[in-house]
Amino acid sequence: MSRAHTDREYEAELRKLREQVVLMGSKVEEMIASSMRALTLRDDALADKVIQLDHEVNRLEMETDELCLRILARRQPVASDLRFIAITLKLVTDLERMGDCTVNICERVLELNREPPLTETFVVLPAMADAAQAMVKDALDALVTGNIQRAEELIIDRDRVVDAYYAQIFRELLTYMMENPRNIFRATRLQSIAKYLERIGDHATNLAEMIVFMKKGKDVRHPFSRAISKTP
Amino acid sequence: MSESIDKTAIKLDVVKLRAWFGAFEVLRGISLSVLARRVTAVIGPSGCGKSTFVRCLNRLHELSPRAGVTGQVLLDGSDIYAAGLDPARVRRRIGMVFQKPNPFPHMSIHDNVLAGTRMNGIAVPDRDQLVERALRQVGLWDEVKDELDRPGHHLSGGQQQRLCLARALALEPEVILMDEPCSSLDPVATAKVEELIRELGERYTILIVTHNMQQAARVSDLTAFFYLGEVVEYDATDVIFTKPNDARTEDYITGRFG
Repeated sequence: MSRAHTDREYEAELRKLREQVVLMGSKVEEMIASSMRALTLRDDALADKVIQLDHEVNRLEMETDELCLRILARRQPVASDLRFIAITLKLVTDLERMGDCTVNICERVLELNREPPLTETFVVLPAMADAAQAMVKDALDALVTGNIQRAEELIIDRDRVVDAYYAQIFRELLTYMMENPRNIFRATRLQSIAKYLERIGDHATNLAEMIVFMKKGKDVRHPFSRAISKTP
Repeated sequence: MSESIDKTAIKLDVVKLRAWFGAFEVLRGISLSVLARRVTAVIGPSGCGKSTFVRCLNRLHELSPRAGVTGQVLLDGSDIYAAGLDPARVRRRIGMVFQKPNPFPHMSIHDNVLAGTRMNGIAVPDRDQLVERALRQVGLWDEVKDELDRPGHHLSGGQQQRLCLARALALEPEVILMDEPCSSLDPVATAKVEELIRELGERYTILIVTHNMQQAARVSDLTAFFYLGEVVEYDATDVIFTKPNDARTEDYITGRFG
């Protein structure tokens, strides 16, 4: 999408759509970071703030969907424009779910803040969150810059890193729980948080897959499913 | 052309077709295989040569003043430009429908349908049957069966265009060329003609020139994008409108052309 449309109003609508997705992504990034600060600083107010911020993400999702429908109805987009609109309808769903994940994290944080800390895992969780947050940022950078290579790295390599963090945290928390049943309540909360972060990584992978599709016109999802069977 | 096109059923094979108006070269070496029983759309900006292209396919272009043509147009393998071949014979096999409906004004609907057969001196054993069949094919029979003796120009624009199509079909052509067939029709009449194109596309080879890209996307199986007298891209319509390979096609269909 290097050249501008002859119709400047249409061009402006597409630009607005792109800006809206990026804005939504930056809100989600902020929510991930804040949820981790709320966890490590045991900050109830910050956790509440993240929960409130989710309303903005939800609103942006609805506004973006509406704009997509309006462009589809009025402009009949084709080729790269069509692919952009089609993926945007899906991108916002993934971004909205990421927002929900951070809300769930903050709900667990509020529960944990009522308990004494279970210290060591706090180091690994924020590291995992950083990795997940960087995935969201890089996916949206790829959307803006069209750097496919970056998006393709996300799909395989970077998601594995997040998955590996999850496995590590899960193992650690198991040992805490086996050591002392009193740890179970807190450990399961922490395990949930790790799971939400792992989900965020999966959603970011979806973003990257859609961005590759938008640029290349090639569906890179589910390579194994594709190999197994073709619908007649 | 990508592998998504089945090349085994070529009806009309255009090879290095060049056309001129005087010194101006309108078509600069077009090679394109039109597939049998498919609807092929030709799109492109004004002046890209798409109308001249279809007019070369039934030897109409040469009737224009200072017109020139070289290259081959193979209909089932035989060149329609072969020496000694009567252009009228070519036009019987390759019919055409024009931008503005052009029924013969002082002829009845009935006679309009038969006009082509009369001009070509074709003996028709049962005229009424042929008229009914052609009008049924274009979905006009029920609308006009009680006024077959009335002049054709009393019909609405959409009905007139379908009458012209019936006139072309009465000659039992193999290929039907359409040059902007809906550009003077309202949306409802356009929808009827488009539906007809899709239906006829199952039995005839149809080539349609259109300015309306959504129309090309709706009715055609294959689309060729023409620019400055050349074929920039020719592929399955699904490919052209979702993932064209050439940046010029992309720019044109998305509305990024200067």
